[in-house]
Amino acid sequence: MRNNSAFVFSNDYLTYHFHKDHPFNHKRVQLAKELLELSGALTKQDIIPARMATDEELALFHDYDYIDAVKRAGRGGLNEKAGQEYGLGTEDTPIFKNMHEASSFLVGGTLTAVDEVISGNKDHVLNLGGGLHHGFERKASGFCIYNDSAVAIKYIREKYKLRVLYIDTDAHHGDGVQWAFYDDPNVCTFSIHETGRYLFPGTGNVNERGIKEGHGYSFNLPIDAFTQDESFLHVYETAVREIAAFFKPDVIVTQNGADAHCFDPLTHLCGTMAIYDRIPFVAHELAHEYCNGKWIAIGGGGYDMWRVVPRAWAQIWNVMKHGKPAAGAIPVQWIEKWQNESPVRLPANWHDSEEAIPEIPRKAEISEKNEQLLKSLLKYTKPIR
Amino acid sequence: MHVEEIMKKEVVILKPGATIANALDLLEKHRIRHIIIVDDVNQVIGIVSDRDVRDASPSTFIKDADNSELQNEIQTIMSHPVITIHPMDFVEEIASIFYDKEIACLPVVRNNRLVGVVTEKDMLYTLIQLTGTHVQSSLIEVKVPDRPGILPEVTAIFGKRKTNIASVLVYPYKNDLDYKVLVFRIQTMNPMPIIQDLRNAGYELLWPNDGLGLT
Repeated sequence: MRNNSAFVFSNDYLTYHFHKDHPFNHKRVQLAKELLELSGALTKQDIIPARMATDEELALFHDYDYIDAVKRAGRGGLNEKAGQEYGLGTEDTPIFKNMHEASSFLVGGTLTAVDEVISGNKDHVLNLGGGLHHGFERKASGFCIYNDSAVAIKYIREKYKLRVLYIDTDAHHGDGVQWAFYDDPNVCTFSIHETGRYLFPGTGNVNERGIKEGHGYSFNLPIDAFTQDESFLHVYETAVREIAAFFKPDVIVTQNGADAHCFDPLTHLCGTMAIYDRIPFVAHELAHEYCNGKWIAIGGGGYDMWRVVPRAWAQIWNVMKHGKPAAGAIPVQWIEKWQNESPVRLPANWHDSEEAIPEIPRKAEISEKNEQLLKSLLKYTKPIR
Repeated sequence: MHVEEIMKKEVVILKPGATIANALDLLEKHRIRHIIIVDDVNQVIGIVSDRDVRDASPSTFIKDADNSELQNEIQTIMSHPVITIHPMDFVEEIASIFYDKEIACLPVVRNNRLVGVVTEKDMLYTLIQLTGTHVQSSLIEVKVPDRPGILPEVTAIFGKRKTNIASVLVYPYKNDLDYKVLVFRIQTMNPMPIIQDLRNAGYELLWPNDGLGLT
């Protein structure tokens, strides 16, 4: 396999900042990037600067009214009532200065990644600033303003007419992207997430299958709370390989939320770093098997920003560029640089030690339930006649 | 919630003299399971289900069947008298009619004239709305003592955080009459501050929990 890859980044990503107590913090991107630099896996030559998305590009998915409201909000010109209609100024998506510009950089970064891959310059490109999968056509939600994945996939469809497989491994359902392509047979969406019974946004049931022409091209695996590595990886790998074989995409877009780890404060899944080794590894294999390597990977959720996200995201790059995840010790310089700022003890190794893994008494029952779900999903990966 | 808020106003009807063949066409065309039979002044005089119609049609196993049965008048197979409801009835009431009478379609009648229809499916849709699962939300379950004033005490905590509640359900707690379970769906992806506030106020949460003793 060729591993001709690039890493999209801009310091402007750090301006996507709601307030200091908000769980979504894009310093995560910086932490992951520095971890890679200090471990020698990422060099200056690998990095491509992100650009800002234009209004026309945002409008491939979003309404102009909404874009205008985001612009006004970022300049202090949107009152509370007007903001409500667009989901702006809520606890989840508070208004912050220049929010339009900050959000447009994240989208632009994903578009840069798309251009590099589709033009053939690179096989795989990573944009950790993206992955804001809860953004809607005219509504901000779940920490997301603009939905970079939806914009980028519309862009791929308009400009290049390729068939896209979108794989979402965030612990929350990728609802914004699913609904954006719910009636489109050329975009297949697959989301594995914690069941919506308890967790935001509540959708993503296995029976959400798409509508009209797009029926049969939306897949969901809503696994049980407290699911651990073994069951997660078994159902995930089986499903994603079957779906790829069924759809035969031209290009793969993966959303890499890193909130399915047992340390994550917002979700109730119980994974360890082992799943963040396998997820990019499988995506990489599938991209070479079906898409001549074309793979765009983006970030997403992840709320243990010190212990989980930097390691998980760095592994995407390690697989993309070097063919396999890193193992062993984390560079001491990285720990020394950040330990003072971190409220928790930074991990010493790329993988979790046994003590980090909780005992779940209902493990067998959870695994059995996930297995049933997988069976329901697999019924749909047979060719449609 | 009143029936008139959930009923469908476009109702598929037939006159009693229509044929079974007409009924088959309508069932197929509208993808429905019931047709209401009305007289010339729109009074409900009967109802037929897809099963009534199929029972009265020739078997698909018989080749070259003579299809004369299909020309029979629909009034020969319709059920009557018909259980009907009023636009001002409550959704809860019609749920128990569906349950008790084991039927799946109720014509809505005002001043003796047909004005709408409610099916079991409409009823379930309303139930989905009531549980709040149709909007983006997170779920929290609180076990509380069963006493007056407890609901506003708990909801005040959500109000202080400016978190919108999409729905509230109140369940009995197992067989223990001293407790109730309050299930909230709240419109946020980050319920952590609220969860902390509830715990600080001394409430026991059934969800989220640590996964050790799921109820």
